[in-house]
This record gives sequence, C-alpha cells and structure tokens, in this order.
Amino acid sequence: MPVRVYIPTPFRSVTGNRTFVDADGLDVHGVLSDLDQRFPGFGEMVFDEERAVLEHVNVYLNNQEITALEGADTPVADGDELAVIPAIAGGAAMTAEQVERYSRHLIMDQVGPIGQRKIMDGKVLAVGAGGLGSPVLVYLAAAGVGTIGIVDFDVVDRSNLQRQIIHGTSDIGRPKVDSARDRIHDMNPNVTVVPHNEPLTSDNAMEIIGQYDIVINGADNFATRYLVNDTAFFTSTVLVDGSIFLFEGQVSTYFPGEGCYRCLYPAPPPPGMVPSCSEAGVLGVLPGTVGAIQATEAIKVLLELGDPLKNRLLLYDALAMDFRMVKIRRDPKCPLCGDAPTVTELIDYEEFCGSPFHEGPANGANGASS
Amino acid sequence: MSVEVRVPSMLQKFTGGEKIVHIEAADIGELLANLEAAHPGIGEQLMEPGADGAQLRRFVNVFLNDEDIRFLDGMSTATSDGDVLAILPALAGGAR
Repeated sequence: MPVRVYIPTPFRSVTGNRTFVDADGLDVHGVLSDLDQRFPGFGEMVFDEERAVLEHVNVYLNNQEITALEGADTPVADGDELAVIPAIAGGAAMTAEQVERYSRHLIMDQVGPIGQRKIMDGKVLAVGAGGLGSPVLVYLAAAGVGTIGIVDFDVVDRSNLQRQIIHGTSDIGRPKVDSARDRIHDMNPNVTVVPHNEPLTSDNAMEIIGQYDIVINGADNFATRYLVNDTAFFTSTVLVDGSIFLFEGQVSTYFPGEGCYRCLYPAPPPPGMVPSCSEAGVLGVLPGTVGAIQATEAIKVLLELGDPLKNRLLLYDALAMDFRMVKIRRDPKCPLCGDAPTVTELIDYEEFCGSPFHEGPANGANGASS
Repeated sequence: MSVEVRVPSMLQKFTGGEKIVHIEAADIGELLANLEAAHPGIGEQLMEPGADGAQLRRFVNVFLNDEDIRFLDGMSTATSDGDVLAILPALAGGAR
C-alpha cells in the first residue's frame, strides 16, 4: 500500500531533504519500518530499542493521531497520508495534552498537525486588550497561537465589562495586560504572553510590532491606527485592521506592499468630526463579531489557508444583519506604500491627527481599544 | 437614474434616521449635490472645497456598486438606475 509520508525538518537529513516520501506497508509500523530500510538512520529517530514508536514522536494518519486509532498497528490504505511529528528541542513538542486540546483542529484535513504547528509557531500582536482585543485574544489563545503580544496601558474599568469579555469584575483596577494574560493562561497555558504595558508610540512601535508575524489593530483612536498601519508596512508585518462604531464594523487584512489603511483613508478626520465609541456608544456584542472575524483572519494567515480579506473591506451592519464587501486596492499615490512615497519613516501621529496623543487613562488615548 | 444610497450610522441624523435613501442623478457629483439638497448638512460632512470644485474629504470613501469611485471616474462617474452607493467614513475604532 503506497502511503505518502510527511517528513519534518529534523528528519530530512536522512531523506535527502525531501519533505514528502512514499513508503509501503500494511500498517503504520510497517510503513515506518519500510522508511527505516530505505533511509538508514530513520528508525533510530522514531523507534525505541523494542521497535516501538518513541514517546516524543507523534504519528498522524490522515491527520489523526494514531494513539486515537489502533496505534502502530493501525492499517493503512492506498493513498493515505502519514505525518511524523517529533518533539523539537525548545519545547515545540506536541504533547499528549496538546494533542487532546487541539484534537478538533488535528482531525481537520485543512489544519491537521502541520497546520496546528504553524499556529503554535505563530507570533501575533494585539494592539489593545479592549472590545476588539478581547475576542481576538481569547480565540488566538484557544487556538494555540504560540506567542501573543498585548499592547495596552489602560486599567480595567467597570464600564469596559459591557463588551470586553477577557476581563472580569474582579479585575477592575488591574492593568489590562495583566488581566488578559491571566485569562489567556487559564484558557491555554501553552501560550507565551508578552505584555507591553505602555502606550504604542513612534519610539517603540518598530521594535514592538517588528517582533510579530501579524498585528491585529483594535486601537480606539486615529493616531494609533495610522501608527500601526505605517509600522506594519515598515516591518513587513501583516495587518488585520478592524474598527467599530455604534452598530457597524469594518475589517480588512493588509499585506505589506499590497495596499494599506492609508490607501483607503489617506488622512484622518479632523478632531471631533468623527465621534469615538466612548462619546457615541457601541453595542456591546459588536466588537465580539468584528474581533472574531479579525481572529479568523489571523488564524487563516498563519495557516496559509483560504482567502483573507486582501484588497477587500468587509462592512458589517449589526442592525440590518448585513455583511457587504467592497473592493479596495493599493493606491499608487499612497504616501506610504505608493510609487513615490513621502512617508518613509514613522512620523508624529499626534500632529498628523491633530489630537492629543495621550488624553489620560479615562478617555481614548492610544494603546487600549474599542 | 435612481440610486440607492447607503448612509452610515454616523450620518443618519441628516436623513431622519434613514439608512437607505434614493437619489436621482446622472453622475456622482450630481448625486452628492442632490443628496445635500434632499438632506441639508450631509454634504459638508462628505465634501470640502477643492481646486476643481467640491471634492470628497480624505477620510470619506464612496463606493459605487462596491468599487471605490477614486478608481472609477471620481465625481464624474456615471450612475445608472439601480446602482448602489455606499458612503464609508473612517471609523476611529471604539471606546476603551
């Protein structure tokens, strides 16, 4: 029975650097033994002295872990796919706890152990642990994103709890990054949380955002929104942007060099012209929907799966329960990512947006969110 | 040419709370002028004086049938019966 076998990076030294090899056997053990014969050294990597599969090696047949089947005796059929996933030094192993925790992902063809590994290797930054950040952080943590950064310098206020589901009543008065970290660790202790308990500014944004694969924008003000956009471009970080107002939301995903928030909105409105949610209000569940969409986009980008909201802007109207899509594109005249850029480094966003960068912790400064 | 105009929450105070209004116009420039005539005050939110007459504010986008008019013929973009126009101002994000 010819079976296709995925060979992970640490084992490729014995397979001539091939990622996929074909092997024969009646069951999983037979396939692994066949590989051992054809690629000397392979057996030592997967078998113990009694030819049992080593405990730190997980084997997946068609994305199902074999211990959930019949172990090494699980029969294989023509066209099956086998993946051999070892523990990797540095703690990237898929432990038994993780296999169980992520089992609903692992049995999906579109995710599987390889996809789950991509999620676990992912580094995602949430700007703001507020309305949008709450569902984003909870779902990213639940999915097992390996490193989650949180930028927020705000403390939990009772009025946040109408929508900011990552915080609780007992967290009132605590820094949001601490409250969010505790909730994340309770949900999934496998996640490394990096708290950035400070305002995001032109001085620290490059260093902070540059550490991540994806930045999810849940900022509550235009200055931070443009700062995150520009920094994402300069650091080649994918940006999942989301914004909300009353009953409406907008979401788009920007890939560096393929259009940005400035292509859509070249300049912010003058201060006071567009009210913030703290002035106008927001339906508590609205950021839940929009944030969950942002989290979905981030997971898809990590998985390299499906069609992200690239060059598309999703418009959500909760009252009409209407989802619409409009086309957006890179603007050749964009001052940031256009053909003749005039913004070539981070600028003074306070001046650009004509509003104080810090208004104090009580109302709408940067870092916190929706 | 009757165009269906989708008005964002932020501007519905000018349309008496209506989310959708219908405006007769042959192109976008005329449409926005007629929109202002029908709903006084909304025009100022969307447009500002420019070198070639009124132009859209830079934090407002107008999409005709899901295409940004900046990538069509701008204010001169012709409209047809049954077209849908969406007005999208930038949203700050939210409340803390």
